[in-house]
Amino acid sequence: MNALVECRGLTKSYDKFFPAVLDLNITIERGHIIGLLGPNGSGKTTFIKMLNGLLTPTEGEILINGMVPGVETKKIVSYLPERTYLSAQKTVEDMVNFFRDFYEDFKEERAYAMLSSLGINPKSKLKTLSKGTKEKVQLILVMSRDAQLYVLDEPIAGVDPAARDYILRTIITNYNPDATLIICTHLISDIENILDEVIFIKNGQLAVQSTVEEIREKNGKSVDAYFREVFAC
Amino acid sequence: MTWDLNNDRPIYAQIVEKIEMQIVSGYYKPGDKLPSVRELAAEAGVNPNTMQKAFGELERSELIVTQRTSGRVVTEDGALIQNIKADIAKEQIKIFFDKMKELGFEVEETMALIESAAKEVL
Repeated sequence: MNALVECRGLTKSYDKFFPAVLDLNITIERGHIIGLLGPNGSGKTTFIKMLNGLLTPTEGEILINGMVPGVETKKIVSYLPERTYLSAQKTVEDMVNFFRDFYEDFKEERAYAMLSSLGINPKSKLKTLSKGTKEKVQLILVMSRDAQLYVLDEPIAGVDPAARDYILRTIITNYNPDATLIICTHLISDIENILDEVIFIKNGQLAVQSTVEEIREKNGKSVDAYFREVFAC
Repeated sequence: MTWDLNNDRPIYAQIVEKIEMQIVSGYYKPGDKLPSVRELAAEAGVNPNTMQKAFGELERSELIVTQRTSGRVVTEDGALIQNIKADIAKEQIKIFFDKMKELGFEVEETMALIESAAKEVL
């Protein structure tokens, strides 16, 4: 089987002087949980947007399951953007219905089970929820799909530590072993135990692609500590 | 039981040690069935592939055995469990002696300290 994600010479320039992503060559396999890590402005979100067809590459290509990002890839990619796009006037239940109508692979029961574990009332209007609770709702919606690739941009930043643990456990127990999860975050130490592999991006280029265990074995330190070393200011 | 994984060593190696400890301490008894990879991964908050790797290691040392009908079970070989228990004990004693040496105590002095400490406890 071919790789799930394949980038060759991927480049995106917003202006001609500073490319946000430059000649990125990455292969991502199926069945892995991957941390996409890099300092602010390193090109992580630009990469993620190209992965989801929200930006088109200036040069090079990105293929998901052998396809250029578009309608077909959106059926198999479940994406959590860094900002919410849910309508504030709607209720949680409305959003569940919306996802069910929109995505064939959406599992309504799974969404309601997670909402109830986190004590979120489906009848609540989104505008009445706190920032953290809104983030939880959005993450639940995204994780309730049976996708092949989940792309989570800063999924736990606004969420309290107890709910973080619940969410990470939910990710471990729910995701399909053939699916791949890409998690982009600055909270490395919170998630590093659940990662198989990390990708460090520096100035739009690949700096490190390695398994978590290799980093610990070779350097005798956590991914979090290693990150601080590689990106020391 | 809490997993308390530390940050600077490979995770699978720490999981192997924890499960070994659970077996030699009798938390899991010979012939007991172990939870699934996923259940344990969720409990420890680690990647299922990492848990799988740890199980592979424990199977190689024959401390756990995969049975077609009942999944993974703890070995019923009591001698093997005792050997591993003895190895862990030796390792702990070595760590202790190294630490005492760092503090400047010779082996005889350390032994004397242990004896007097044991009297206080009993």
